[in-house]
Amino acid sequence: MTTSAPAPGAAPTEPVAPRARARKLPARLDRRYLPVLGTFVVLALMLIVGGTRYENFLTPAVISNLFINNAHLIVLAVGMTFVILTGGIDLSVGSVLALSTVITAALLQAGLPVPVVLPLSVGAGTVIGLAHGVMIHYFQVQPFVATLAGMFLARGLCFLIAPESIAIDDPSFVALASWVQIFGEWRMTSSVLIALIVVGLGFLVLHFTRFGRTVYAIGGGEQSALLMGLPVARTKVLAYVVSGTCAGLGGLLFAMFSRSGYSLTGVAMELDAIAAVVIGGTLLTGGTGFVLGSVLGVLVLGLIQTIITFEGTLSSWWTKIVIGVLLLIFVALQRVLSLRRT
Amino acid sequence: MTQQNTPPVVEMTGISVEFPPVKALDGVDFSLRPGEIHALMGENGAGKSTLIKALTGIHSPTAGTIRVDGVERRFSGPADARAHGVSTVYQEVNLCENLTVAENIMLGAEPRVLGGLNWRAIRRQAATHLERMGLDIDPGSSLGSHSLAVQQLVAICRATVGDCKVLILDEPTSSLDTDEVAHLFTVMRALRDDGVAILFVSHFLDQVYEVSDHMTVLRNGTLVGEYVTADLPASELVQHMIGRSMDVLEAAEEVLEQAERPADATPLLQVVGLGRKGSVQPFDLDLYEGEVVGLAGLLGSGRTELARLLTGADRADTGEARVAGRPTRLRNPRAAMRHRIAYTSEDRKGEGVVDGLTVRENIVLALQAERGWMRPLPRKQVDELVAKYIQQLGIRPADPEALLRNLSGGNQQKVLLARWLATAPKLLVLDEPTRGIDVGAKAEIQKLVAELAADGMSVVFISAELEEVLRISHRIAVLRDRRKVAEIDGNRASMDQVVELIAGGGAA
Repeated sequence: MTTSAPAPGAAPTEPVAPRARARKLPARLDRRYLPVLGTFVVLALMLIVGGTRYENFLTPAVISNLFINNAHLIVLAVGMTFVILTGGIDLSVGSVLALSTVITAALLQAGLPVPVVLPLSVGAGTVIGLAHGVMIHYFQVQPFVATLAGMFLARGLCFLIAPESIAIDDPSFVALASWVQIFGEWRMTSSVLIALIVVGLGFLVLHFTRFGRTVYAIGGGEQSALLMGLPVARTKVLAYVVSGTCAGLGGLLFAMFSRSGYSLTGVAMELDAIAAVVIGGTLLTGGTGFVLGSVLGVLVLGLIQTIITFEGTLSSWWTKIVIGVLLLIFVALQRVLSLRRT
Repeated sequence: MTQQNTPPVVEMTGISVEFPPVKALDGVDFSLRPGEIHALMGENGAGKSTLIKALTGIHSPTAGTIRVDGVERRFSGPADARAHGVSTVYQEVNLCENLTVAENIMLGAEPRVLGGLNWRAIRRQAATHLERMGLDIDPGSSLGSHSLAVQQLVAICRATVGDCKVLILDEPTSSLDTDEVAHLFTVMRALRDDGVAILFVSHFLDQVYEVSDHMTVLRNGTLVGEYVTADLPASELVQHMIGRSMDVLEAAEEVLEQAERPADATPLLQVVGLGRKGSVQPFDLDLYEGEVVGLAGLLGSGRTELARLLTGADRADTGEARVAGRPTRLRNPRAAMRHRIAYTSEDRKGEGVVDGLTVRENIVLALQAERGWMRPLPRKQVDELVAKYIQQLGIRPADPEALLRNLSGGNQQKVLLARWLATAPKLLVLDEPTRGIDVGAKAEIQKLVAELAADGMSVVFISAELEEVLRISHRIAVLRDRRKVAEIDGNRASMDQVVELIAGGGAA
């Protein structure tokens, strides 16, 4: 009687009843989607307001640029989503991104071929992520502290490798970076393509693998996940590996964008990534959120920048002020939602 | 339902578990047969949880053998135990509220297709499991949107996924109301009739009598016996659980004389209709100077809850309190402290001592808190105070700088007592001050309580050991099912009388 598979024969007919009952309920929106929906509404409002206020705002060129300018941040946000879903945080991603750009530039300058350089610069992020995961899980170090140490370490390594900015002129790298697909007025660069692939992978992993579901379970309650017999240790470490790898890849995209490697890139970029994830509806306490929400979060951040550029007269520091206000609103909103739940 | 002749699915023999220097279990035998609901009974600290944890591999026994389906096993943990058909559902629902019901049921055993999760199959299988439990909820809804009772049932549902031969339910009913309990019992009986062996732990006697076929009683880490539920009257069960250890406490009895109080005395603390929803039903209680009032009742009967209301640790939502005849609101422990009411919690580690601080620091904590941080106690005064209490209470080691975590339970308790005595309380509420400490220290604390009362302090004494309450108390308030059911004269009460009162509501 107690087998995992339903009794053959009975299976197709029996479960129909409860599902049919469930269907009969008024189609209410699952409240897990509410924060993401909120972000989507904000994004839509910004597009509408921008489109009515400025000419040439709602054009394929502007939207394409939104993605092109933020491809690296999208990748960082995907990795950050994994970590925050487990209830952790990764403060190192900005520095790891810089390290990755520096490694890429330095190795290319040394004459190594692109197929060797790319895995190395991404791999640097993977290794740092692995170290974070091990520190956090096996040595019980607070994620904040462990990744803070990683942040300083990676930043220091950047300067050790290259005190000055290194321009990238390797022809095959430049060719890769300047690859672009044009659909009418829409443009998609190689970095946007990579970023979108990462988003797709992130989504699939989180929703269609046991690893992904375990990430959510850990965020919902680590102790519970442990008692449910889930592989908590492996999953937690892997989440930081994912984030580190994404940071390495983000560095690669940034190097493609800026055609250089520079030790001071990405200062405080980890905070942009965290802001994007939070604005995208992921709870900092873990367990709730979606990769696609984080992408929306990045787009909201990027759009604020775009609007302020269009406004022309405003100081660019207004970007920070608007982001701050938005963050506060979203965090307060999440608080209200989670309070109502209990 | 039980077939006595079927071989047991779980057979534990001579199980001992030690947490030096304490022996949590001492040579306990236990067996569980397929198709029975077996209740594991015992007071707090009797070893119920330890036995379950030994079975599921959380604790490893220092002696004894565990056989599951005739094969000797030592599980490495709950996951391993589950893989061999032994599932546990805990008192707290250990599921993830952020996930859907279906996921919570299937997590870790999801059907997959092409390397990815097959969500249709997950939902379909979860629905089948839910239906078998008679639960009519949408598997796609999020777990957090359901009541605790439904969550508890979902947890049981999860436990029965896969090859579940043994289901351990550790206090599953403590947060359920009557209807929900009835539903749970229906499910339990259905599982039993399917041949699952169910180990049921509950402190509600009537529930145990309603649903169980057999019971095993533990006391102080040893086996008292295994009984057929129908053949064991409730009062006998309570006696088995509480025991009749008459070894300690001659000393305390000598000190304890009937304090004659004048008929017109004003109670130090008088409460009328004090109660809190979901905690303890409204009760009246008068506490006089120089008197020890004992609270008797089983675990979960509301002893601690009552104490917390008296001392402002929880806020009452009905009734009123009068201190020395004047109406007072005891909003929080600080307010109670101002009226010289002190409370030591039963949770010595969590709510009592600070184990990273020294004996000295722990003792002056409350006194200093009362003075405020602007007026630190002079060091000389602190040293005198600490030396006095170390000597008076016999705290070992007699070193003011020893870290609390290095002291034994009994000595930690004495430090806790010293902390409150230092604030010169008029009313001292002691919740389980003698739990988990050795016999010698127990007797010393009991003697001290008697002396304090003789000096005019009013003491409320809570203990799971009825024997102790009976000896030490001038008056005894008896609690059952979160209600004060009786108040009796401690000097004239007999053990049997109190046992009857405690068991009163239980079926027999």
